[in-house]
This record gives sequence, structure tokens and C-alpha cells, in this order.
Amino acid sequence: MKIWIEKQKYLIDYTLASLARRKVKNAGLLVVYSVLVFVLASVMLFTHALRHEARTVLEGAPEVVLQRMVAGRHDLIPPGYLERLGRIRGVQSQEGRLWGYYYDSVVKANYTFMAPNTEAEAIAPGNIVVGPAMARVRGLAAGDVLTLRAYTGKLTRFTVARILPQDSELVSADLVLMSSDDFRSFFDMPAGHFTDIALRVANPQEVRNVAAKLAAQFPDSRPILREEILRTYESIFNWREGIVLLLSSLAVLAFVIFAWDKASGLAADEKREIGILKAIGWETGDVIRMKFWEAALISVFAFLIGYLAAYVHVFHLASALFAPVLKGWAVLYPRFKLSPVIDGLQVATLFFFTVFPYAAATLVPIWRAAITDPDAVMR
Amino acid sequence: MIFQPAIIALLLASLVSAALLAGAAPYALEIIRFWDLRSGSERQLALERRTYLLSTVASFVFATQVVALLLFVFNADRMAAMIVGAMCAVGTLSVNNFGFPALISQIVLFFAAVCWLIINHVDERSPDYPLLRTKYVLLLLLLPLVLVMAALQFRFFLGIKADVITSCCGSLFSEENEKLGGALASVPVRPAMIGFYSTLALAILAPLYYRWRGTGAYVVAALSALAFVAAIVGILSFLSLYIYEHPNHHCPFCVLKPEYGYGGYWLYLPLFSATAAGLGIGALQPFAARPGLSERVPRLSRRLAGFAAGMFLLFALIASVMIARSRLVLLG
Repeated sequence: MKIWIEKQKYLIDYTLASLARRKVKNAGLLVVYSVLVFVLASVMLFTHALRHEARTVLEGAPEVVLQRMVAGRHDLIPPGYLERLGRIRGVQSQEGRLWGYYYDSVVKANYTFMAPNTEAEAIAPGNIVVGPAMARVRGLAAGDVLTLRAYTGKLTRFTVARILPQDSELVSADLVLMSSDDFRSFFDMPAGHFTDIALRVANPQEVRNVAAKLAAQFPDSRPILREEILRTYESIFNWREGIVLLLSSLAVLAFVIFAWDKASGLAADEKREIGILKAIGWETGDVIRMKFWEAALISVFAFLIGYLAAYVHVFHLASALFAPVLKGWAVLYPRFKLSPVIDGLQVATLFFFTVFPYAAATLVPIWRAAITDPDAVMR
Repeated sequence: MIFQPAIIALLLASLVSAALLAGAAPYALEIIRFWDLRSGSERQLALERRTYLLSTVASFVFATQVVALLLFVFNADRMAAMIVGAMCAVGTLSVNNFGFPALISQIVLFFAAVCWLIINHVDERSPDYPLLRTKYVLLLLLLPLVLVMAALQFRFFLGIKADVITSCCGSLFSEENEKLGGALASVPVRPAMIGFYSTLALAILAPLYYRWRGTGAYVVAALSALAFVAAIVGILSFLSLYIYEHPNHHCPFCVLKPEYGYGGYWLYLPLFSATAAGLGIGALQPFAARPGLSERVPRLSRRLAGFAAGMFLLFALIASVMIARSRLVLLG
């Protein structure tokens, strides 16, 4: 074993020296390789961070939401539904929620209006709390007065009590919080009505049963499960990631051809070098091993450089290059900073996308180089 | 089909592997038919050169498949989040009829690939290629396995529909289930535990004995295979219960989840490598008596035996620690 390790050490030593002797050629390969890793890793890191964000955001969401439907369209929950719900086994709490959208013709964007239920977040009548993106667009600060046209046609004045913190921007960009009385009068909504009902279920395995019971009890309503929303997000992000990767597979293909070409187009002095090595007693296997180390070293360096660059790009430069494709857009688009997450599966996948094709592409050229006869090249 | 990077990567890997091996097969046949080391003919020289390429290609393919097994399981576990009713890899794999066959073929291929790599290692270390024909015959035998695995993987991944409700591990490995999973899960704890530890002890002692005396290679291989089965039965029947601290949760895949600290990898990595090493000893044994190998093979086998014993011991220790740290009491 020791001899084997020593041998590999000498081989690596020799390979590094030989790589350094042909700086320009190998630097070119390294740059192209790193760029490829960088592009793919950026996409993967970005989508994974988004997925992670979606998961953390939804962690606090209610397990089941009940929406009433009228002719297939979402409608208000009429009075009495909450009481009719009664006790369903497994449900910890149930509450009617008030929320909706409001189109502001000034900035041509939709706001999300919401009346928080909990006592802690209670907002005094006449006051609103606004999200950071909206505050930015309308130039609002705490204490300002905002006039909005209510659904009755009346102009309503609200005082901005405070702006929601920046770090919640991903979910609160366009949010406007107000008291439930204000909400009802603003949207001209009769008392006792709710937008939907949120239910909390402690045991994840009970969620489907609860949904089945709800569907049976309220044939005019649909239960929406948190796990379904999560699954949809998961699929959407995977799909987007997959599309971008599939498009980049053209780049991978180009890279494979490039690598093949680089590996097979040996310069005369390289051929002579191999010839000399064989003449002084190297076997074909040794040359293959040396070439293998060359490929491995280049791969490792390119992988590290590309991955690090992608990390910086995604988490420090807000993935400026790919955000338009992967994020989507909106007038009130949240500015957010992704929390860095690295995922083992991703690194493994990325490895299969880059190092594996590279290795496969260079197999035959490496062999070709290794079997050259010493006398043929040294002549 | 679900458009998932890891799936694309796995399909790419099996496609390239199958293509490379299939491309190598005609040359392998040629080598098997015409190889003659004593001849100095032009054909023999060409064959000698070609064998470098073939063994490099085959080593590359089999090494890829060894890694691909890990990625396959990792990915199956992760995809459970996208499939209705799935809580872990079991749900993903039972989403259609090709999931478990794909996994099993991948595992079989894993062990076969490791054995091939070991034989190849011995062959390449010897100056006169004593195992050349054997290893190419084996390569031709493994080719259908790789093709079947690739086909199963394609059928599995292309057939995944996110809206099909699959069964979760709770139903597949429940004691009421009449199928194999249920039968293994309902093995009573005490006999399973006795079987688990005694088989593991034998699987640790046999390679140690082999290392010491140099006999009993086939016994080592057989015991390794047996210990693999016993370990899986043990995981299904009681170890899982201790890990999840739940008297009815028998799933061998949920351990891979982050909730359980990725404990499954700590269990499966030593188990698989120990079994592979043990099987490798058996795979080498037929050639131990060949001239030129009588020294090399036993030396490598001894090293493999030490590795197998160590890994089985590690597996047993990790399992015991998991049991000791659990708050569940099964035997009281």
C-alpha cells in the first residue's frame, strides 16, 4: 500500500510539473471548465436556495386552508361555516382569515391586503403596516398618510404605523396589514364573512384525513394542503432548474467536444515527452495513470474554482446573471437575500454533469496518447 | 416524468455507461478469441494496446456505477417531497413497477462492479495478464446487467407521475403486509437480534481467520452475503424501531433522512463496502492457485479481509450505539 501511495505521489508531482510546463493550453482548458461548472452550479445553488426559502416560509403556514367555491370560483366564507365546522378530530385550531388583493392604479401593481388575527399583531383602526417593496415604490415612511380608493368609491385615509422589516421581504413585499373592521369597510364586505378558513393540524399523517372530512362536510368548498403547495413549489423549481440545465447541456456537449479535442490534439513536444517516458521505462499503464491524474487535478481545480465563483455569484452578487430566468418578475418584486445552503445531492449531481462527461470524453484520447511508440515520436 | 437535475444526471450516467460498455463488447470478444501472449503477431500487438483502453473504459463505467448507486438512493429519498403520499424513498420507488427493480439491479450491479474492479486490479498488477480472458468474459456477462439496469432506470424515471398516489413506507413495511417487506418487518425482535449479532460476529471472525491462516475464502464470501441479508433483516425488524423510537416504523429508507441525522449513510456505507470486500475475496479465490498469482491474490485477499472485518465491526458498533442511545425499550 505504501509503495502504491508513494508511486501516486511521484506521478502527481510529475503531472503538476508537466501541467505547469504548458501553462497556456491548460489554463485555457481550466477556464472553460470552470466557467461550465460556474454556470451549472449557479443555477443549482440558486434554485436550491429558493426551494429552501419556500420551505422555511411555508413552515409557519396552516396545514389546511378551506376555500368556498361558487361555480368553481373562489368565494367568501359565509357566516356560520366556522360554527358548522365544529370539532374535527386532529384539528388543533381553526380561524377565519381576511385577506385579498387591491389593484393600485398609481403604481399599476397589486397589493395584498390582510387583517391579522392574533392579538399581538392587532393594528389600531385607521392604521396600516406596509411591506418594504410597497413602501419603496410609494415612498412611504412610518407616520405618512396614504389615501386609497375603497370599493365603495370613498377615498380612505390610512396612517402608516410602521414598515415591515426588510428580512421578511420575500413574503411581505407587497403586503398591507390593517384591522379587520377597516378591511371589511374598505372592501365593503359584510360582517361575519371571511376569505377562507385556516386549520392547524398537529400530526402530518392526519392532514389527508382532515381534508377528506372537510370535503365530505362542505361539498361546496375545497381544502388546500400545505404539503401540496410545497410539492408544487418543489416541482416548479425542479422543473425550472431542469430546463436551464437541459439548455446548458448544449454547453456541456460543446465542452465535451472541446475536451476531446484538447486531449487528442497532442502537441509534438508532448508526444515526444511521452515517447521519452516510455523509452526510459514507463509502461502504457503508467502513462494512462499520469494522464488520469492530469484530468483529475484539472477537474478538481475547475470544480472548486467554478463552485466557489458560483457561491459568490449567487449569495453575494444576488445571481445577477440568471435571476431573470429563474425568479420571474413583478412590479413589486421583493428584493431578498438568499440564505446560503449547500446540498450534498446537488454537489453530486453537478459532479455527474461536469466531471463525468469530461472523463468520458478524454478516455479514448488519453489511451491514444499512451500507446504511442517511443521510436515513432522520437525520430 | 419529473424534470429533475439528479434524474438527468443519473440517466446520462447510465446511458454513457451502457454505450461505452456496448461499444467495448466487440473488442472484448476479439481479445477473448485471439489473445495469445506468446505470439508476436501484429494482431496480438494491437490487442495488447487495446486491452489498456478496454480495462480503462470498464473501470470507468463500473466506478461510475458504484457512485451512481449512492446518487440513486439519495435522489429517491429527496424526490419523495414531490410525490403524493410518499414520505421517503419507498414512496418514490413504488410510484411505478420499475422503482424497486431499478434499485435492486443497481445494488446487484454495485457488488458485481466491485468484484470486477478487484479482479481487474489483480490482473493489471501482474506482468503477464493472467486474468485477461476471465475479466473480459465477466465484462461481457455484466453488459446485459448494465443494459437491464439502464432500461429499468429509464422506465422508472420516465414513468414517474407526480399525481399518482403511492404508498408510504408505513404500509409497505408494516407487519400486516403479506409481501416480503412485511414478512421481514414482522420477524420477532429477539430471534432477529440474535441472528443479526451472531451472523455479524461470524462475518467479522471469518475474514480475520482468513487473514491469519489463509483458508476459507469462500466461507468468507458466503458469510459476507449472509451478513448482508441478516443486517437488512435486522434493520427492518428492530434496528429501525430503535432509530425512530417508534414500535411500528420499520422503514429502511427513512434513516437516510436529515431528521435522523443521515444515520442511514453511517449504516449502509460500511455495510455495503464490507459486503463488497467479502464478496471480492470469494471472486478472487478461483485464481489463487494460478501460477504467477499464488502470491498476489492471497496478499490482496488478506487486505480485503482486514477491510471487510473492520467495516462489519464498524457497522455492528454503529448499530449498537444507535440501539443504546435509543429511548425505546423493545426487550424488557
